[in-house]
Amino acid sequence: MPDKNTRPVFLDLTRIHFPITAVVSIGHRIAGVLLFLAVPFAAWLLRLSITDPAGYDAAAAFLRHGLVQGLLALLLWMLAHHFYAGIRYLLIDLDLGVDRVAARRSAWAVIAVALATLFLGVWLLS
Amino acid sequence: MSRRAAGLRAWLLQRISAVYLALFVVYYLLAGEAGGGYAAWRAWLAQPLPLLAMALFFIAVGIHAWVGMRDVIVDYVHHAGLRLLLLSIVGLVLLASLVWVFLALAEVSR
Repeated sequence: MPDKNTRPVFLDLTRIHFPITAVVSIGHRIAGVLLFLAVPFAAWLLRLSITDPAGYDAAAAFLRHGLVQGLLALLLWMLAHHFYAGIRYLLIDLDLGVDRVAARRSAWAVIAVALATLFLGVWLLS
Repeated sequence: MSRRAAGLRAWLLQRISAVYLALFVVYYLLAGEAGGGYAAWRAWLAQPLPLLAMALFFIAVGIHAWVGMRDVIVDYVHHAGLRLLLLSIVGLVLLASLVWVFLALAEVSR
């Protein structure tokens, strides 16, 4: 493969017009980055909670903190969006739902089902 | 695998790990443990299947997050030094997290 790639690249986020499929795509990326940031906290909480009962209580108290609860709701939304959008991309890889009408419909469905999951999760867990 | 196919390998690893992560989410929702106290949490995780599933989950997270973060950083960060710095931080954070997880899982299976 030649090293010099002369094809144009246009990634100016402030000037790109975003159809709904692009909103789902950039949402998938933002969600992925936020979920990455949660990984070290998840690893820390796993070790803290499993070591002894005091650690478990400390982890539980951390997760019940008001600010953390807000971040957990955000993470739940991001996880749901990433999960459903990811399934959509796997289906598109299998040539399912590639045409424009189907792709726009499934993009709206990802946004709607992710929000529904957020509200269901917050309702069940509060 | 040749250098030409390195992108294909990342593409494939991203999708294999994605499928496992999705399956684990469903498995944890159906058969996981949460909020039942320390003894229940530890007893659940000490079983062979949850322990293996959790270990594989964090390995899949490590692979999936590495490929995904690399894609994002390579797309948006064009300064070579800053790109290398960010990639190094991402790699270190993921490796440290995996070490922490495996210390936790070793603790459970002791």
